[in-house]
Amino acid sequence: MIASGTASRFTLRGIVLLYLGFLVLAPVGLIFYRTFEHGLGPVIDTITTHNFLHALYVSLLTVAIAVPLNTIFGVAGALILVRQEFRGKALLNAVIDLPFVLSPIVIGLSLFLVYSQIGWFGDWLDRHGIQVIFSTPGIVLACIFVSLPFVVREVMPVLREVGTEQEEAASTLGASSWQTFWRITLPSIRWGVGYGVVISTARVLGEFGAVTIVSGSILGGTQTLPLLVPPFYEKFDFTAAYTTALVLALLALTALFAMNRFKPKEGAR
Amino acid sequence: MVLLPISAVVAKSTSGGMGNFWDQVTSPPAVAALKLTVICSLIVVAINAVMGTLIAWVLVRDDFRGKSMVNAVIDLPFALPTIVASLVLIALYGNTSPIGIHLAFTKPAVVLALCFVTLPFVVRAVQPVLLELDREVEEAAASLGASGPTIFRRIIFPSLLPGLLSGVALAFARALGEYGSLVLIAGALNTQVASVFIRTQVENGNYAGASAISVVLLAASLVMLTCLTMVQRWGSKHDR
Repeated sequence: MIASGTASRFTLRGIVLLYLGFLVLAPVGLIFYRTFEHGLGPVIDTITTHNFLHALYVSLLTVAIAVPLNTIFGVAGALILVRQEFRGKALLNAVIDLPFVLSPIVIGLSLFLVYSQIGWFGDWLDRHGIQVIFSTPGIVLACIFVSLPFVVREVMPVLREVGTEQEEAASTLGASSWQTFWRITLPSIRWGVGYGVVISTARVLGEFGAVTIVSGSILGGTQTLPLLVPPFYEKFDFTAAYTTALVLALLALTALFAMNRFKPKEGAR
Repeated sequence: MVLLPISAVVAKSTSGGMGNFWDQVTSPPAVAALKLTVICSLIVVAINAVMGTLIAWVLVRDDFRGKSMVNAVIDLPFALPTIVASLVLIALYGNTSPIGIHLAFTKPAVVLALCFVTLPFVVRAVQPVLLELDREVEEAAASLGASGPTIFRRIIFPSLLPGLLSGVALAFARALGEYGSLVLIAGALNTQVASVFIRTQVENGNYAGASAISVVLLAASLVMLTCLTMVQRWGSKHDR
């Protein structure tokens, strides 16, 4: 057996722990320290400013719109991709993965070139008084784009695994396809959906690159929480920057915790 | 939702003709940015291939207190917003570094940030394969007199390869396009990677130039996606 010697085992373990310590644990631990370095006062000052509260509102609003839309699309998309055969299926499959491998900046730019004033739909949107870019709809669009693959990719393997027998049994017994979906299909894929929703939420909350292009960063207008960090930092308002980062990190940790709760149950089923 | 915006980028990049597209892509700052991106991504992927496999190995074969916590830490870079990653790294390795390492606005900082965000990919691709590996084969090899390194090279490594490659491909794709984690730690001229360069072009109103570089990144993403599909197909053949 390789690496069965105690010495080599400890060496490997040591290398791994050191690497993770310096790469992940020490930096993340440090923001806790930096945030509370000057006591609780500046932290509370930051999170009660209008800017911060508005950014929090925009972030949560974006999650509230983007995640449900992606969930509906994700479940429908997964059902189509797993259960149906049609021309162009391979293409659809590849397109869904694209947001996952594409640079967020490119995604932001592509939306900008379609919906901004100089974009393809710019004139039409302008005439109807709809502002997408530099406003909340643009942020929502960007977030839907970047988190598109998550629900689909989590639900697809589960759907494949559960098969169609139960659904067929239900429809033989006279259930409508709508009833079959609600009573049979949805309950059996719920862990996959839940996991996808949690990852999407984490991604939407934290999205920076794509949003930075489409939001235009008007203070108090269309900032999301991640967008607040660089201006704080550049103005040497470090406590504010660290506080915002800490709030985001805590939201991420909550998502991580939720992810780990969904995972084992999925396996135990 | 996806195809329309992407075709807009492609259309914009060639709006000034192919000659203009070529000029934009081969302008010295664009070439410098692309070169830096590719070199840093390759370094990062190499580090990831070694460290990712090692981490997966320790998580599967070793046993110690706090192992489940280490396992959870792996996913942290995935869940953490990229801008937070940027801030935490500059807190530790920036100019106010408590341990005296100043990497801000250097090329190692780019590598560091990219290692941070791509950490989960290789680990999570290799870990499940390692878990399912039949240990009897290793024991058989050992009883026939094979040394540790030989067993790894001849028995373990070949079965890990498909997983390792798909993890590497994902990490490479992610590294090529990464933006958020680099904003604070590597934005200056000599550390401008492709995505930062695109952002600067957008701010300067050079949409054709920004689109041209985007198309290069887009092409790279498509290539990685194709590689990924091929590796996965090859991997499932390998299983049978």
